[in-house]
Amino acid sequence: MKFLVCISQTPDTTARVAFTPDGKAYDGTGVTFIMNPYDEWYALVRACELREALGGTVVALNVGPAANETTIRKALAIGADEAVRIDAEPTSSAFTARQIAEYARSENFDLIFLGKETIDYNGAEVGAMVAEYLDLPYIAFASKLDLEGNRAVVERDIEGGVEVVEVDLPFVVSAAKGMAEQRIPNMRGIMMARTKPLKVVPPVPVEEPVQVVKFTLPPPKAGVKLVNPEDMDELVRLLHEEAKVI
Amino acid sequence: MVLVYAESPRGQFKKAAFEAVTFGKKLADQMGCPCAAVVLGPVQGDPGELGRYGASRVLQVSDDALQTLDSQSYTQVLAEVARQVGAEVVVMSHTSTGKTLAGRVAVRLKAGLVSGVSGVSEVSGDGRLVVRKSVFSGKATAEYAIISPIKVLSLMGNAIRPEVEGQAVPVEALSVAVPAPRVRVREVRTVEGRVPLPEAEVVVSAGRGMKDPSNWGIVEELADVLGATTACSRPVADSHWRPHHEHVGQTGIAIRPNLYIAIGISGAIQHLAGVNNSKVIVVINKDPEAPFFKAADYGVVGDLFEVVPRLTESIRKFKAAQ
Repeated sequence: MKFLVCISQTPDTTARVAFTPDGKAYDGTGVTFIMNPYDEWYALVRACELREALGGTVVALNVGPAANETTIRKALAIGADEAVRIDAEPTSSAFTARQIAEYARSENFDLIFLGKETIDYNGAEVGAMVAEYLDLPYIAFASKLDLEGNRAVVERDIEGGVEVVEVDLPFVVSAAKGMAEQRIPNMRGIMMARTKPLKVVPPVPVEEPVQVVKFTLPPPKAGVKLVNPEDMDELVRLLHEEAKVI
Repeated sequence: MVLVYAESPRGQFKKAAFEAVTFGKKLADQMGCPCAAVVLGPVQGDPGELGRYGASRVLQVSDDALQTLDSQSYTQVLAEVARQVGAEVVVMSHTSTGKTLAGRVAVRLKAGLVSGVSGVSEVSGDGRLVVRKSVFSGKATAEYAIISPIKVLSLMGNAIRPEVEGQAVPVEALSVAVPAPRVRVREVRTVEGRVPLPEAEVVVSAGRGMKDPSNWGIVEELADVLGATTACSRPVADSHWRPHHEHVGQTGIAIRPNLYIAIGISGAIQHLAGVNNSKVIVVINKDPEAPFFKAADYGVVGDLFEVVPRLTESIRKFKAAQ
């Protein structure tokens, strides 16, 4: 089995959010970057588990500059066998999806994993785009995935419940909570990651149909209005008359 | 033409479909064009009712193969319908169905996509469409210009209220070839009862401050009087005090209700990431230093075991007087 796991690098959850003075781009100065948690905890770990059970190769793929190699090495330390970096700034989901698809097209992966969304732009767009470029089925928000020969049984989150579906390989899947448990890389993994292959591939040109106009930070909250714990009628009045939510 | 895909999971329209049609109609008015809604698969009731939310045409492809959400067959059909009606903008809902399809449909139509849109900033004569969305888990807003001839948007839930302004229209049956789905459904497990969290307008959520899962009765009662959906923090779901589908936050579900009541939740940044987009946040916590108070609109510093039943009683009184 040959598994591809697309990993993205995002600002740490606790990082402050700031933008360049023209408001056109995220300002990552002084920010710690991490592997997108959905990619790391669920997609990558499940791919490694399946490889451990069935044999094969797990390839971790990142679209990003050389600075991302720390994150890529972490994926190798967790268990990916090899890595590929498409050498470009991931400017949009359309751009990233096209790069992933161009790479995957000739590699005949049995299963392509992504996290359900990135924690920065929260778009959940790339998986469906990759699947369309490659003309493969796409299962989004999978919380469980098992293989039965050449067929997968997948539980996907739907509005108000879970749907159990089956689909033949190959396909594209986006991983949500439940698919696997986070793995902390051990010392042996970290040592081995240093010598695992990391291939750098040039990007293909993409026409961008969407442009950033500007990013803005919300006005600071007015501050909490404290209500006397003895007087819940007052809270109800505020929610009704002032906030108008009940 | 603005084409709205009015989704009907398991044959039923939900609020998301009415929101999307209302949004599509307003956008169509700004663009000076009509708004059509398309329905895929058989549905219960009359799809023509979507006309009441502003669709001047309601189109339906009622092939039984569309009972299974297969992104390839759905995309094939939606792209064909978009071509037939000459859609300039395709609007979907930012739901699990919409997220399964939007990227795919955008690639097929060679369209620019912005997902999770909360509003339109500008419709310009030269074909640019500028839309807004929340990014960085609610910590910032982004404006994007879509410049491709065809545009795809998915609308964030609760971003707009459904508005009834027209009347039902006759349903036009479209005959479009539907490819056989490659995804097969074995089983569906739905959670009965309350409104699903992503759609909920009022959410009552509780955390470790509840001390024990057997104490949840007061949370359920408050949710009942408010017609709210219950949620919980990550530690509560991880210790199996509550089911995982109730977990809101960074790694759980991100929600945007009108009212979020947080009970005994300290407000870790990972939790806030899932609830930042709530319109109004009420925090009940005995610790005045709980970080959640900084993100709250209203706060009650007190013992939740006293405050929550008192609040339930006040709401019951308020509802009875209405």
